[in-house]
Amino acid sequence: MLNSYKLETKDKELLESLQIFFRSILELDEISAILVPKLLPMKNMVMPVLITDPAQLDNVDPLSPAFPMNTSKIVSRLSRKPIGGKIAVVLRPCEIRAFVELVKLKQGCIDEIVIIGIDCLGAYKNRDYFLFASEDEKGSTQRFYSSVLSGKGASFDNIDLAPACSVCEQPIPGYTDILIGLYGMDINDHILIQPKTPTGESILSRLKLPETEEPLKRKEAIDTLINERTACRDRMFAETTEATDNLEKLTTYLASCVNCYNCRVACPVCYCKECVFVTDVFNHEPSQYLRWAERKGQIKMPTDTVFYHITRLAHMSTACIGCGQCSNACPNDIPVMELFRTVAHKTQKAFEYEAGRNIEQKPPLSEFREEEFDEVVGIS
Amino acid sequence: MKDFEPSIIAFVCNWCTYTAADLAGTSRLSYPRNIRLIRVMCTGMIDPQYVIKAFLEGADGVLVSGCHPGDCHYINGNYKARRRIKLLKEILPRFGFEPERLRLTWIGASDGIQFAEIMRELVTQVKTLGPNSAKLKMVI
Ligand code: SF4
Ligand code: SF4
Ligand code: FES
Repeated sequence: MLNSYKLETKDKELLESLQIFFRSILELDEISAILVPKLLPMKNMVMPVLITDPAQLDNVDPLSPAFPMNTSKIVSRLSRKPIGGKIAVVLRPCEIRAFVELVKLKQGCIDEIVIIGIDCLGAYKNRDYFLFASEDEKGSTQRFYSSVLSGKGASFDNIDLAPACSVCEQPIPGYTDILIGLYGMDINDHILIQPKTPTGESILSRLKLPETEEPLKRKEAIDTLINERTACRDRMFAETTEATDNLEKLTTYLASCVNCYNCRVACPVCYCKECVFVTDVFNHEPSQYLRWAERKGQIKMPTDTVFYHITRLAHMSTACIGCGQCSNACPNDIPVMELFRTVAHKTQKAFEYEAGRNIEQKPPLSEFREEEFDEVVGIS
Repeated sequence: MKDFEPSIIAFVCNWCTYTAADLAGTSRLSYPRNIRLIRVMCTGMIDPQYVIKAFLEGADGVLVSGCHPGDCHYINGNYKARRRIKLLKEILPRFGFEPERLRLTWIGASDGIQFAEIMRELVTQVKTLGPNSAKLKMVI
C-alpha cells in the first residue's frame, strides 16, 4: 500500500493550491514540462498548454467544465517518438483511458510521460460552456466545483453536464501515476494526493507533503456517484437500443448526418492516419451515383452515411472510452456518443475487454486464440 | 414469399473454399445461382466494412468461408476472420440484421461436395428469413 498525502487548501483557493502543487512538480529536475489545461490569455477559453516555465502556471485550470478536446491525442503527439525529457500530463480519466488505448496501438509511449489523473467533475458541451462561463472564467470554475463537490450538482439555469459526463461511471482515474482526489474531501481544508505507481511515489516522496489517510467518506461519495451514473448509463443504453433496433430506426437516428466526419476527427481512438471514407475508395465515379439512384429511383446524397457509422463501430467500438467528443463535434446534434457507447459496451463485453483499463491487455482485434468463438462457425 | 430468390454474397479464400467451389464445378455438382462468389486471397483480408457494405446494398445473406483452422495459407488469417465475424455478430443484429444472415464456414480445397451442400442449405435458410430490409427501403 502506497502512502497518501494531503495538499493543504486552507486559506487558499483550490486552483491556487493545485497551481502550487504543479509548480513543485515542474521544478523537479527530471520533469521538463507539464501539459495542463490553462485559461488562455486572449480568450475566455481553457485549452491544454505545454508549460516549461514555472512562472507560467498561474491561470492553470484543470477543474473548469470546459472539455474542448480529448487531450490524449495531444499526449500521443508528444510521445510518439522519444521526447528527451519527462512530461507530466494532467488528464481527465477518459483522457487517460484513451491514451492507454493509443499506447496499445503504438501511437504513443508511456515511458517519458508521468500521468497526473484528477477526479473528474464533468464538463459541459462546448456551446454550453461558453454560455456558462461568459466573461468570468475564474469565477465560473469556482462556482462549478463548489457546487459539484458540495453535492449540489452541476446544473445551472438550463445548462447541465454533457450527456457523456452524465452517464460516465468512471469519474475516478484508473491508470495513473499520481491521483488528485477531490470527491469526499473537505476542499476547504485539504485534498488527497496519492501515488499509484513507483514513478508517482518517487515524485511525491520528494515534495514533502504531509501524509494522511484516505477518508472513509471519500469511498462512500465515490460509490454513490458511480451507482447513480451507472443507473443513468443503463437507462441511456436501453433508450438508444430501442431507438436504433432496426435499419429504419437507425437511418432516422442518423438522418441529419452530413458526412462531415467531425465525429471521427474528434474521436481520440479513431486511430487510422487516413480514414478510408476520405480516400479515393469513396470518390465514386459520377456515373456510379446515377446507377445507384436508378436501383430504387432515388439515392440520398451524400451517400454512405449509415455505412460510415457502422464501419466506424466495427473498427473502433472496442476502443471507445466514452468521452463524448464525437457528440461534442457534431454540427447537427446527432447523439453519436450514445450510439457508440451502447454498441461499444456489447462489443467490449464480447471480447472480455474494457477499453482503457489494462495497458497490458492487447486490443481484441489485434490478437486471437486458436480455440475460441466456435459458436460463430458453421451454418446451423 | 415463395418466389423470393435471395442474393447471397460469399467471400471465399483463394486457397480453400474457392478451390472447393472450382472442384464442385468441374465435378458437375450443382448449387443454387443465388450465391455470388467474391474471391479473396485469404479470409484474413476481409475488412468488416466489406460485409457491412454487402448488407447495406441489400444482400440477403453474407458468407465468409476459408481454410480450416491450422490450414490457412497465411498461417492465421482465418483466426482473425473469426474474431471479425464475432464482432459483426455483436453489431449487425442490433440494427435488425438477423445473425443467421451472416455465416462463417471452413471449407477445404478438396471439399467440393460439401461446398455444394452448404450452399444449398444456406440458400434454404436465407429464404426462410425473407428479404433484407435494406433492399426495400431507402438507406442513407
Ligand atoms: S466514439 Fe465518441 S465517446 Fe467513444 S471514444 Fe470516440 S469520441 Fe469518445
Ligand atoms: S459529426 Fe455529426 S454530421 Fe458529421 S459525420 Fe459525425 S454524425 Fe455525421
Ligand atoms: S488462405 Fe484460406 S483462410 Fe487464409
